[in-house]
Amino acid sequence: MAEYINRIEEIDYHDLLEKSIEKKRQGYRLSQACAAYSGGKLELSYSFADDETLELVTFRLVIDKETEIISLSEVIPYAAFYENEMKELFGVNIQLIEPDYKNKLYRINTETPFVPKGE
Amino acid sequence: MKKRSIVPYGPQHPVLPEPIHLDLVIEDEKIVEAIPSIGFIHRGLESLAMKRDFNQMVYVAERVCGICSFGHGFGYCEAVEDIMKVEVPDRAKFLRTIWFELSRMHSHFLWLGLLADGFGFENLFYQCWRIREKILDVLELTTGGRVIFSVNKIGGVMKDITPEMAVAISEMLTSVKKELKQIVPIFMEDYSVRSRLEGVGVLTKEQAHTLGCAGPFARASGIGADMRTLGYGAYKELDFEIITSDKGDCYARCDVRIREIFQSIDLIRQALDKLPEGELAAAVKGNPNGESFIRIEQPRGEAVYYVKANGSPHLDRMRVRTPTFANLAGLCETLKGADYADVGLLILTIDPCISCTER
Amino acid sequence: MFQIKRSPWVLHYDGSSCNGCDIEVLACLTPVYDAERFGIINTGDPMQADILLITGGINSQNADVVKQLYDQMPRPKVVVAVGVCACTGGIFKDCYNILGGADKVIPVDIYVPGCAARPQAIIDGIVQAVDLFQRRLEKHNDYMKEHAHDKNDAKNKKTGTED
Repeated sequence: MAEYINRIEEIDYHDLLEKSIEKKRQGYRLSQACAAYSGGKLELSYSFADDETLELVTFRLVIDKETEIISLSEVIPYAAFYENEMKELFGVNIQLIEPDYKNKLYRINTETPFVPKGE
Repeated sequence: MKKRSIVPYGPQHPVLPEPIHLDLVIEDEKIVEAIPSIGFIHRGLESLAMKRDFNQMVYVAERVCGICSFGHGFGYCEAVEDIMKVEVPDRAKFLRTIWFELSRMHSHFLWLGLLADGFGFENLFYQCWRIREKILDVLELTTGGRVIFSVNKIGGVMKDITPEMAVAISEMLTSVKKELKQIVPIFMEDYSVRSRLEGVGVLTKEQAHTLGCAGPFARASGIGADMRTLGYGAYKELDFEIITSDKGDCYARCDVRIREIFQSIDLIRQALDKLPEGELAAAVKGNPNGESFIRIEQPRGEAVYYVKANGSPHLDRMRVRTPTFANLAGLCETLKGADYADVGLLILTIDPCISCTER
Repeated sequence: MFQIKRSPWVLHYDGSSCNGCDIEVLACLTPVYDAERFGIINTGDPMQADILLITGGINSQNADVVKQLYDQMPRPKVVVAVGVCACTGGIFKDCYNILGGADKVIPVDIYVPGCAARPQAIIDGIVQAVDLFQRRLEKHNDYMKEHAHDKNDAKNKKTGTED
């Protein structure tokens, strides 16, 4: 197997924008972004992939439900789809998404279905 | 200023096999902007991870999409096996690879057919689908299913390819290759077909990179990214080259996919020759605990599987980032400046799988 | 077998299916299975369709789309639910965004089970739908004949009073 790096790097949410810009400069692309919910905390993962070295670096942010995150869509336009999804399904408080679908990407009836009610 | 109007496109539209809705802002006949709205097929499949245990989730993962069904099961199993440190037997790895390449072939034939239908060549559409049925027959023979196989399980596979079946696959490959060679000139050389494909919807390499495109769509623009080079399954023991083209138009996308069918035929032959003897599945004990990101190359491009487990039978999170989701931004870009008449064709050339996208 | 008096046109709509049934429906129309030999033809226009083939369950967003498609079809019409998702919701029944089978929003006449439904089963469903359509058409025609005069009378009366 061609050895490649696949690692998860925990970062503070203040550094997300800065680190993403750095990765973008190095020629990485945003491979995916997703959220998970466990034990009252939201975990966001932003994976950056490099097609030359096949490296996959994932930035992990562990945040509270209320924490405000600044959108990456200014830097990486297509991040908006992922961020709209996180916002709609998990209720992640992401600010300044462009375009912001205002929780209407999937147009579901349930509010934040992945976060249990009353927690 | 020219007059602008907004034309709603979809969700029910003759050229679209699946519902997607686009608001097309047009000036005369030219598209200025395309705003996609999705959600017609959103089921919330990932939430089933909380209700089903991790073994049952294999079947749910396979139903993310009916066309690349095998790949989704494969990717999910790889992710769970990575967490549980299960060593999959070599034979199972080869069998998975063979089935995966067969599904890539039938998916590409399906796409070629739909493309032919998109530019109004009904006869060619029927030809492609007729050839595709041969692949489905072999899949039915080896797995028992035509589109959804359910042969994957955590730790390996459930069914075997016997020597007789291997002969049947090999014969099918020969006849499909012969018939494909007959229809390739129509796609590649026919004057009317070329006039619909050449120079339409050009996406440059820079654009494809900035928009994070994946799969044949990106490879047609010259990006040499193919996740099979990661060496999952049996790919590390097979010989293949990444297929790219540098034109970036619809013609190049068609060209890349046709060459990929030939490549798949070659890969299956190699895998059948090297198919080792041995167990079909490794024993799996306990529950997964940990998390993993796995990338595999689906017929439509790179798919990312994320599994987060907590030591109980129920997973914390199962997430699939499908190739069409990554290609949506690229689609909107190619639509800008296109003729209204080409919209259907352009949507088709990214090989959209809406069911994957929305899960 | 029954005699066909009119060729019913088929409209296929993908509810929220996984694509498996969709491509099987399409495969039914292509040369190997060739459902068109039963006198049907595939159309993309609901206004001209007689039989609605629906695959996949109903979710909150496509409920209105399905209802609208059904309303746009001229009477008489037949609805076939293809695949277990369209019948009951299937494997996705417990998902938060699935309301259930197609019969949650429109009346379904024929249920074709299977995940994914096999072409043979789909063809069987189509044949039954063609049969049912013929019967409904006859009933519809009889009704129209019986009430043709009423309608004219009503029209005349109406125009009469207006004058």
